[in-house]
Amino acid sequence: MSEIILEMKGITKTFPGVKALSDVNLQVKAGEIHALCGENGAGKSTLMKVLSGVYPHGTYEGDILFQGQVCQFKDIKDSESLGIVIIHQELALIPYLSISENIFLGNEQARHGVINWNETTVKTKELLQTVGLSESPFTQVSTIGVGKQQLVEIAKALSKEVKLLILDEPTAALNEDDSENLLTLILELKQRGIASIIISHKLNEIGKVADSVTILRDGQTIRTLDMKQDEVTEDVIIKGMVGRDLTNRYPERTPNLGETIFEIRDWEVYHPTQTDRKMLDNINLHIRRGEVVGIAGLMGAGRTELAMSVFGKSYGRRISGRLYMHGTEVHLNDINKAIDSGLAYVTEDRKHYGLILIDDIKRNISLSSLKKLSRRGVINENEDVLVAEEYRRKLNIKTPSILQKTVNLSGGNQQKVVLSKWIYAQPDILILDEPTRGIDVGAKYEIYSIINGLAAEGKGVLVISSELPEIIGMCDRIYTMCEGRISGEVERQDASQELLMKYMTRSRG
Amino acid sequence: MGAISEIFKKNIRQYGMIIALIFISIFFQILTDGILLKPLNVTNLILQNSYILVLAIGMVLVIITGHIDLSVGSVAAFIGALSAIMMVDMQMNPVLAVILSLLMGALVGAWQGFWVAYIKIPAFIVTLAGMLLFRGLTMIVLNGQSIAPFPKSFQKISSGFIPDISGGSSLNVLTLIVGIVLSVLVVYQEFRNRKISVKYGFEQSSVWLSVAKAAALVIVINLFTMVLAQYNGIPNILVILLVLIVIYSFVMNHMTMGRHIYALGGNEKAASLSGVKTKRVTFWVFVNMGVLAALSGLVFAARLNSATPKAGTNFELDAIAACFIGGASASGGIGTVVGAIIGGLVMGVMNNGMSLVGLGVDWQQGIKGLVLLLAVGFDIYNKSKTA
Repeated sequence: MSEIILEMKGITKTFPGVKALSDVNLQVKAGEIHALCGENGAGKSTLMKVLSGVYPHGTYEGDILFQGQVCQFKDIKDSESLGIVIIHQELALIPYLSISENIFLGNEQARHGVINWNETTVKTKELLQTVGLSESPFTQVSTIGVGKQQLVEIAKALSKEVKLLILDEPTAALNEDDSENLLTLILELKQRGIASIIISHKLNEIGKVADSVTILRDGQTIRTLDMKQDEVTEDVIIKGMVGRDLTNRYPERTPNLGETIFEIRDWEVYHPTQTDRKMLDNINLHIRRGEVVGIAGLMGAGRTELAMSVFGKSYGRRISGRLYMHGTEVHLNDINKAIDSGLAYVTEDRKHYGLILIDDIKRNISLSSLKKLSRRGVINENEDVLVAEEYRRKLNIKTPSILQKTVNLSGGNQQKVVLSKWIYAQPDILILDEPTRGIDVGAKYEIYSIINGLAAEGKGVLVISSELPEIIGMCDRIYTMCEGRISGEVERQDASQELLMKYMTRSRG
Repeated sequence: MGAISEIFKKNIRQYGMIIALIFISIFFQILTDGILLKPLNVTNLILQNSYILVLAIGMVLVIITGHIDLSVGSVAAFIGALSAIMMVDMQMNPVLAVILSLLMGALVGAWQGFWVAYIKIPAFIVTLAGMLLFRGLTMIVLNGQSIAPFPKSFQKISSGFIPDISGGSSLNVLTLIVGIVLSVLVVYQEFRNRKISVKYGFEQSSVWLSVAKAAALVIVINLFTMVLAQYNGIPNILVILLVLIVIYSFVMNHMTMGRHIYALGGNEKAASLSGVKTKRVTFWVFVNMGVLAALSGLVFAARLNSATPKAGTNFELDAIAACFIGGASASGGIGTVVGAIIGGLVMGVMNNGMSLVGLGVDWQQGIKGLVLLLAVGFDIYNKSKTA
């Protein structure tokens, strides 16, 4: 058992503006389940992308040794041929192909380019049995749930004669039963001698299945623990993950709360295409002047859906319920109405929903507020430049010029551009969806300071975040969501990760 | 020097195509023993390409939004046919007929814009259908035959020139005056820009750069009007074209509508979440394309002095090629009106030059295809290098 199957030595990987990994070491023993822990942005996914050849040899420093041999992967095919298979957080299945077509995609059971469908079907059946999935090989992947799709991914990995399986947050999108199944399956694979690396935030899962744990923080290896020999508790892992002095992570703020300026009552939203699926049910919440309110919830709890359905009905169908701003009811039927009545929504996915990446900083900042900059449709370009310069200074956007294309900025600076756009729109209420996702620690602190500044100006801020410490550190009051409902409300002084987690998982059943 | 190379780098695509246009012109000027830039031929060049350039202006907007319009040739033919019916068969007043024709163009554009913007059918399919539909309608309304001749006043759109006030001298004096007026405007604009940047405290580009830029423009404008003045002066269609170029460049660069079009093409979802009414913008871009396609059809009918069922065949391809040669991106968000015009001129000068040299249509087609491919290839190579 003590034979080492994988060793990564001194891995350093830099992106423009960010050092994602710095001298990281990782050792995985043959046939063990190795957990990789760390906060968002600690470098876990980057490390796995280096290992699997997504970032080819030469774009990073350091060595990879697999089964004692130095590897220089040019692409994923290279690493897969040695039996290293990665299953990404976003599943890489083609929705309109069948299970068997997906499993053997790129690895078709073919002779001279002609696919042997009988062999494919037989092998698929065997693989499905191994992973415990009772579906026909001909089922279209889009028709099965995420949990089963996850199993298809694993079957796909098995078909490639996997020796080291990498799972990036495999249970993040799964419910409890599916998670349980998956973990059992991974343990079974271990019996067959397949080593796994699991990236996970769920410490209880790690405790259940992992043999050892490596903790990353800010792109560095903090420590590797052996679950059996070392005294490993969740606290030890958390401490390793968080590391920094907790008091310094969030800037100080004395809340100065005023009257309620925004209220959502009896909000109900249905899925945009599956018209009988209720996504949000009986949502009631309010925000006071100068208040930072948090929404905590697991993936799929409906947080983003709530924000977007409120923001000019940009998500969902058959939306019902009432919205009040400054005590009067408003009907925000499109995004312009929402913006005009003082609402801003900063998306969780700034690259796809927040920025025009091919445009420069200036154009992005003014996009939502061109009315203010123009007379009879003609833009005052000079004011435009001044505004952009003002926000570059105020929010400390690090760039040589406001004419820089936003695609070339680091995540933190991109986020500051999106924030600039919405702050310049002068809203009363800002909904910030995962405002610090994919941003390094220094920039996070700056974003927090900006949020505090907004609250101090008397705006209401609604922060949606998956990072519980962030929610607890930043918010005056926290709502938890579960399965499309508000499952709890916690004041700042009562908030703890355990309590929030309890509420976040408090399903109706 | 640093500033110049900086500006040059930033606009390499735009300037690159201007330089290419100059080289192509010089090349054919030599090859044709100086015929290419003779006053008569320059005038011809403008008349020959005017209807494609009109289309290119509308097309570049469509391409910037990330769509395409394959129907413009058929729409041009259809509107040309309708205008012939109104003016020739029904003896309608030409001014009224032109206005009605442009309105019909807007309706056609609204029809296609509706399917693209609100029903979300890909523009390629909608306009491919439109290409067949309006070609068919053209043949139906014309009964498969040509209608001619148009009233004299209508023909003036494509064959008329601005009046000569000198009364019989060999040079068209008004044309020269226009050149001088434009020069004054260019110099004034440059001066005003500098004053504004002083007012706002922006960084000043060097005085010499401004002077050089203004001087170059003044020389080009006056050389051009000089050449035109030696023949019949400025063609009416050139006036129309210049007005369109100025208006559309202004809208795209200085108005909210232009910003919204670029934003929509750059990232539709982000634009929509920023309050851009993406559906409405898309719809109007297609309406606009319809109007310009109608104008193009009128110009072509006036030039041919007849409406024919085959009019406008392959216009869409020339217009699309002009946009891409002029630096527009097939994935949307990038492109300029001036770029599309330059792209159209590159194609126009090549057509004209190759015809003058005596190359057959077969060779012309092939060479134009290669130019399109190389121009876009050069563009993509450039981008990958800077990224």
